[in-house]
Amino acid sequence: MEWVNAIVQGTLLGGLYALFAAGLSLIFGVMRLVNIAHGDLIVLAAYLGLTTTIMLGMHPLAALLIVVPLMAAAGYGLQRGVLNQTLGDDILPPLLVTFGLSVIIQNALLEAYSADPQKMDAGVLETASISLGGLTLGVLPLLTFAVAVAIIAGLQWTFYHTALGRAFRAVSDNQDIAQLMGLNRRHVFGLAMALSLAVTAVAGVLLGVRTSFDPSIGGGRLIFGFEAVIIGGLGNIWGTLAGGVILGVAQTVGAKIDPGWQILAGHIAFLVILAVRPNGLFPRMT
Amino acid sequence: MHEPILQIVGLSAHYGDFQALYDIDMTVAEGEVLAIIGANGAGKTTLMWSIAGLMRNGADQVRYRGEAIGGLRADQVAERGIALVPEGRQLFPSLSVEENLIIGGQVGRDGPWSLRRVFELFPILQERRKQASTSLSGGQQQMVAIGRALMANPDLILFDEISLGLAPVIIRDIYQALPGIVGGGMSAIIVEQDITKALSVSSRIYCLQEGRVSLEGASDTVSREEISRAYFGIE
Ligand SMILES: Nc1ncnc2c1ncn2[C@@H]1O[C@H](COP(=O)(O)OP(=O)(O)OP(=O)(O)O)[C@@H](O)[C@H]1O
Ligand SMILES: [Mg+2]
Repeated sequence: MEWVNAIVQGTLLGGLYALFAAGLSLIFGVMRLVNIAHGDLIVLAAYLGLTTTIMLGMHPLAALLIVVPLMAAAGYGLQRGVLNQTLGDDILPPLLVTFGLSVIIQNALLEAYSADPQKMDAGVLETASISLGGLTLGVLPLLTFAVAVAIIAGLQWTFYHTALGRAFRAVSDNQDIAQLMGLNRRHVFGLAMALSLAVTAVAGVLLGVRTSFDPSIGGGRLIFGFEAVIIGGLGNIWGTLAGGVILGVAQTVGAKIDPGWQILAGHIAFLVILAVRPNGLFPRMT
Repeated sequence: MHEPILQIVGLSAHYGDFQALYDIDMTVAEGEVLAIIGANGAGKTTLMWSIAGLMRNGADQVRYRGEAIGGLRADQVAERGIALVPEGRQLFPSLSVEENLIIGGQVGRDGPWSLRRVFELFPILQERRKQASTSLSGGQQQMVAIGRALMANPDLILFDEISLGLAPVIIRDIYQALPGIVGGGMSAIIVEQDITKALSVSSRIYCLQEGRVSLEGASDTVSREEISRAYFGIE
């Protein structure tokens, strides 16, 4: 039963990792941009959530109503103002610029909030749990997982059944020809980054409710997100959920064997899958 | 002679240090079908891309209905009513046949062309509309590329080698559909390697040679000798 419990907890944790991964995958899919600052943007969203809850006395989940639009707007501005200028045939400039952005965000958060760990207070939600067939499941992890599934389903639907998604796919296929169709790629990229950071905002707030955070943890979240994307298969939206769950389960099972092995077990699972299936488990089928 | 819909004045184009077009002058009258011929590498595609807004040009080098559009982005050019059927078809592989057509109509211009009318013109596309565009034959893909451009309801349509790599019967079908496409007052520029075809569909013809206009004339009066000289540059 303890093992079943570890697997179930890992699955729920995987929902959070899938949220880390979804925004990363979206951006890579639409504009081939690897956003090194993604983890720090998650942490930034957590701090924005913290400030909103403290200043306005809001519940963290209600704070999403403010943090999500804020991050989306920041994403659009960041893309149009900075990142679009770095995109081209050379993949190095966007890597360098997002790396720089990562350093800037970390330092700004240090200045503004100090290095002390913080946490958002979600009240009873943090400790509430339900029993299910001998397992005790936290309401918060369950909620996180449900939100992740809903967001990924929403992204999938947006991608394949809306004009916006059609524009994302067209620009991803061929930027010049998409431009001939009246799509301004700079605007489309801006919208993609806005959507990515909206998802990141949810991920950040849920992270900040679940665990304590400080300005330095972005890098680790970036790695988890990357691993989930690559396990699931680049360009596959549902694959990011599978990737997140596999990573989460590997970590909780690893921790069950030895508490010190949690993170390592995740990395090992990632490497094993990469060795066996270099394109991930569910590469895009086109 | 009607008002020109398109005027190209002293157009040049570069890829890095390489100059692909030199001082091109060209006009297209309202409702006219113009043909462009020229050997491989003469600069025909570069010229189409320049008109469509995909090359960096001086604003005044391309004028459309009196407006200097040479400096506009391709999406802004498309909004003004110029559509390109690119060489090699260039469909979006991630989009279905129907989506490829719909995205062509996204510029939001009014006019006779709709999904229904494209399907009337090319009925096979209606049958295949849910399929991936990559699953179609070359000829069917060309139909999608043409339909996608028509969906924008352009006033000027540019065809860059629509018969390239297609079987003769398919080429015949596509050329048979052409009068129904440009008949409604649309102006067209047709880039075509087959000189007989080019002469038969157009009222005037331009020949490009190494980035320069080497011949300009009425399609029913230019002689074969003039064309071969302009095409191959043999004096
Ligand atoms: N992206 C590019 N970078 C550098 N040079 C290019 C590029 N595209 C075309 N060229 C060069 O520009 C010249 C004109 O090319 P263009 O494609 O316009 O010719 P074309 O007349 O369309 O030829 P084809 O009949 O083969 O389609 C050629 O010398 C070609 O090598
Ligand atoms: Mg060409």
